[in-house]
Amino acid sequence: MAYTLLGKDFTPPDLHAKVTGSAKYAEDFRADGMVFLKIFASPVPHGRVTSIDSEAVKRMPGVVGVLLAHEIKQPSDAGHAILTDYPVFAGQPIFAVAAMTEQQAEDAIQAATVAIDPLPFCIDPLESLRPDGPNANVGGNVANRKDVPLQEIKWTGKDFAKAGDDTLPMGQPAQEWSYGDLEAGFAKAAAVVEESFVSAANAHHAMEPRSCAAYWENGKCHVWGSTQSSSFAVPSLAKYVGISPADVVLVSEYCGGGFGGKAYSYPLMALPALMSKKLNGRPVMMRVSRDEEFYNGSARAGFQGWVKIGFAGDGRVVALDSYIVQDNGSTTGFWDFQNFGMAASVVLQPEAMRFRGIPVLTNTPPKGAQRGPGENQTANILEPLLDKGARALGIDRLAIRLANAPGGGPNGAIGPDRLPLTSAYLREALEQGAAAFDYSQRVKRSGRQRNGKVRSVGIGQAYHAAGYNGWDGMVRITPDGKLHIHTGVGNLGTYSYAATSRVAAEVLGYDWSNTVIERGGTLKAMPFNIGQFGSNTSFTMTRTNYAAAMDARQKLLEIGAMMLGGAADDYELRNERVVARDGSASITFAQAAEKAIALGGKYAGHDVDPELRELTKAAAQMIAGTGLIGVAKDKLPKNGIVPALVAAFIEIELDPETGKVDIVDYLGIADVGQVLHPQGLDAQIRGGAVMGFGLAATERYIYDPAYARPNAKGYYQAKPPTYLDVPAELATLAVEGAHDPQNPVGAKGIGEPVQGAASAAYLSAVSDALGGYTFNRVPVVADMIINAAANLPQSHLPLQTNCQ
Amino acid sequence: MTDYMHAFDLYVPASLEDAARLLEEHGENAWIVAGGKDSFDWFKDRHKQPQAVVDIGGLQELHGIRDHGSHIAIGATTTLTEMEESELLGEHFPVLTQAAAQVASPQIRNAGTIGGNVSQDTRCTYYRDGFPCYRAGGNACYANTPTAMNREHALFGVSRCVAVTPSDTAPALVALEAEMVISRNGTLRTVPSEEYFVGPDTDITRMTVLEAGDILVEVRIPWTWAGARSYFEKVADRQTWDFALVNIALVAKTEDNRVADARIACGGVQCTPRRLIEVEDLVKGETVGPDLETLAKRVAARGARALNYNQFKIPLVENLTARAVRSLA
Repeated sequence: MAYTLLGKDFTPPDLHAKVTGSAKYAEDFRADGMVFLKIFASPVPHGRVTSIDSEAVKRMPGVVGVLLAHEIKQPSDAGHAILTDYPVFAGQPIFAVAAMTEQQAEDAIQAATVAIDPLPFCIDPLESLRPDGPNANVGGNVANRKDVPLQEIKWTGKDFAKAGDDTLPMGQPAQEWSYGDLEAGFAKAAAVVEESFVSAANAHHAMEPRSCAAYWENGKCHVWGSTQSSSFAVPSLAKYVGISPADVVLVSEYCGGGFGGKAYSYPLMALPALMSKKLNGRPVMMRVSRDEEFYNGSARAGFQGWVKIGFAGDGRVVALDSYIVQDNGSTTGFWDFQNFGMAASVVLQPEAMRFRGIPVLTNTPPKGAQRGPGENQTANILEPLLDKGARALGIDRLAIRLANAPGGGPNGAIGPDRLPLTSAYLREALEQGAAAFDYSQRVKRSGRQRNGKVRSVGIGQAYHAAGYNGWDGMVRITPDGKLHIHTGVGNLGTYSYAATSRVAAEVLGYDWSNTVIERGGTLKAMPFNIGQFGSNTSFTMTRTNYAAAMDARQKLLEIGAMMLGGAADDYELRNERVVARDGSASITFAQAAEKAIALGGKYAGHDVDPELRELTKAAAQMIAGTGLIGVAKDKLPKNGIVPALVAAFIEIELDPETGKVDIVDYLGIADVGQVLHPQGLDAQIRGGAVMGFGLAATERYIYDPAYARPNAKGYYQAKPPTYLDVPAELATLAVEGAHDPQNPVGAKGIGEPVQGAASAAYLSAVSDALGGYTFNRVPVVADMIINAAANLPQSHLPLQTNCQ
Repeated sequence: MTDYMHAFDLYVPASLEDAARLLEEHGENAWIVAGGKDSFDWFKDRHKQPQAVVDIGGLQELHGIRDHGSHIAIGATTTLTEMEESELLGEHFPVLTQAAAQVASPQIRNAGTIGGNVSQDTRCTYYRDGFPCYRAGGNACYANTPTAMNREHALFGVSRCVAVTPSDTAPALVALEAEMVISRNGTLRTVPSEEYFVGPDTDITRMTVLEAGDILVEVRIPWTWAGARSYFEKVADRQTWDFALVNIALVAKTEDNRVADARIACGGVQCTPRRLIEVEDLVKGETVGPDLETLAKRVAARGARALNYNQFKIPLVENLTARAVRSLA
């Protein structure tokens, strides 16, 4: 369908401020009387605080307040405490100090005397699963926020003995599911690939740390925070602070990186508010350091796993068995391990499959969702194994993927219940991408050496669920004729908040220059939207903005009929006017807005759908009577899971003497249905690829098991890639002809698999350059390549974690 | 953890003489900064908390690259970017400009100085994280235990401490037989670059000969290797903002395809830049070719002892040596 706005480039309204530096991030705010907060971080990975000489701390110059753990509500089980007397990871906040200056606050922290009784600790999930292995929590060693309560699970000595040293032991899982006849599948397989593997954890390293400030006024808690999501952050922040969501005033206009680590609110975000409350509402600023961000900024879960794949002669996956042991971190973590099963079931569409998994607590920083949590680890592990399968079968690496990839639109299924996918064009992504990349020619020279370096080609695929339904949208036409699109989705940096807002303008036929996006905090009257995470914004927010705009449209037509006579059906919208279909009469949207105010009721936002969420109703109340209000819950039909799917092609040059890998060429091709914002899509595919190359090759997460203190915290140690590590040009494409029928404009999101497809393609190419060497480990860092090329054993043990 | 420096007195002397007086006045409590790229990390982590910080970064007498006839003098506060862009150095000593261009990132090179690059402390993660190791005055090495994460650590010259030199310019300076000019109370002394760097067997608490009161004022490059063939390569995990896993610097004089003389030094493999003397002895008088590469590889890492995670550095040193020799063809 031809759109006026969708599919066209535009300048998102926040871009100018970012480029000029006038954008205000959380730590840029100041207020009269502001004091500064610093935290005392646990020096041990697991222990009990037995005493804190807080009186001495209070006597330090400039100190105005000390906040201790017992003054704050503590979580149950393996929950993530804001402050704690029971640290479960080194770096965990124990108490907080507020002082007149940041220097004084830090001096007070340095002077504190804190006694901690150390407890046994663990950083390797498999060690914890041993019969006498240590538990990372006194309440048990297994937990996850999704359906796995805190408990103790130990495997038997026999489980470990049977496995040997280089195969994953597989004892009692915490979760499992299956479908189809696995045994029959393997029996008929022409080739079987079976491998144990490790996928390392890695920290989020958001460039803007989770700095935050807060004060209280007239019973309201005002917070300047850094979060990916605006309205979705409010209820959880209120819960941390112990107040009603209606009493939170949140300002969050910009977010300097989240990657899932700031999906909504988080424990540290509440700390300035809690300190401020103790100080009778005095403004409190907490600037978080790079090290503190490492400890408190979340990390992707690590995997130790095993997979067995049975292929038919044409490459079709006839059986897939899997087991994931997840390093869950020290709290309830995220369900990456479950997503392994889901992602494998989508990308490979196995005829029969079993998934087993167990999330094990470790005394490492809390693990949380990071871009493609679980799905991207899955891509990194499975794609090189598809190559291995192709080699075993003697078929092309593209062919084995085409034999399995879902395509053709509403096709394919997911998970044990084989729920339908709303639309899938992964097969088309592979086909169109291969043609654009000239794969058939490039693959012929893959593996050849020239001047001591090896050129090779890799292919990657990745999936993530990409859309929800049932959320609220709200728009407002003011008497000046402008369209205000109220959005609470947040501003992670993808600009999708703006791209999806354009749907409302598209529906109402607005000139984009006559619109205003209202965003950035509760004072902007945000409808309650799901957060900006999970690749969902494009699908979900186009639906909600469509619903709100359709509500406004109907009200415009009704007002037209009221003012000009006849029925609403006699009118249409044209050039920001309500126009009689025969062209005989019209009113402007500005006039309609004035009329809506005069009419009140549903037209001006006084009466709203009772099915709207409470925060949406409150937001509508804020602007009621100021214009024509379109506010609606997304009640459009939806059946199945929305899949974001990406294919990636890469050519690299690997130097076996130095382990260096240069990216020669890259193409990411995304199944996004209708493209909303071409430049935004390009940025997503390219940015995701760069982050993916880090995931695959350079990012390090190192713990010495003797101390459980990290050896790679800051940027120079953890090594996310810089733009000097990647080519200036990374090619991007959207699948032609793709359209999601369950979205009113045919769109769906893509934010996460753009990373996993890139990292998997990179790993596929590295493996191919080394003659099919299977690392079964991510990342593949330079020393591993050098060892492989020199025929040396790798320095790590096969299932060792936190060592690269 | 903190990223918030302790309170200290900042002195900005107007002359070298003033700087010397300040250093004398504050003794062990004084700390010299110029670019601050190493110092500020220490301060922000509060593992080093000197009370008097003497900023010599603005001393013009310590700044710039000059041809002094008998040598080229590089003032200690000359930035790495200035070295990288120096036509004088580039024409005569490209191994040094190439090394300078590989340091850290463009932004860091804009602020970081040659004096700081050769005088910086080691980047052993245990030491930098405040572990009470030998180097920090304690009685253990945490980077050389059965579980230690020591991928970046030493292959050679271990004496209780397994930390390595992080400098990219140091191997180039050693190869070029540079001299370091040190001022103390107005008196200058000159130290060969090879002796400027000290290993743990000499003094485990420092990386250079500098003692309290000393100021590195100049690096002198003799003309000995001007116009020689040269090779520099750094291998790191990233193309930028990274310390070398191993780097190598070679200068050589060749006649036809025969090596008349050569000096080769490696960084990232021991506490000081390591001269590959066996390789130098091997190549002198020999004809460059595959056979020489093979032999160079054979002796390059002789005597190396790998730790838990750094065995890869052995083939890496061998390969880089072979490439350096190969470059002479």
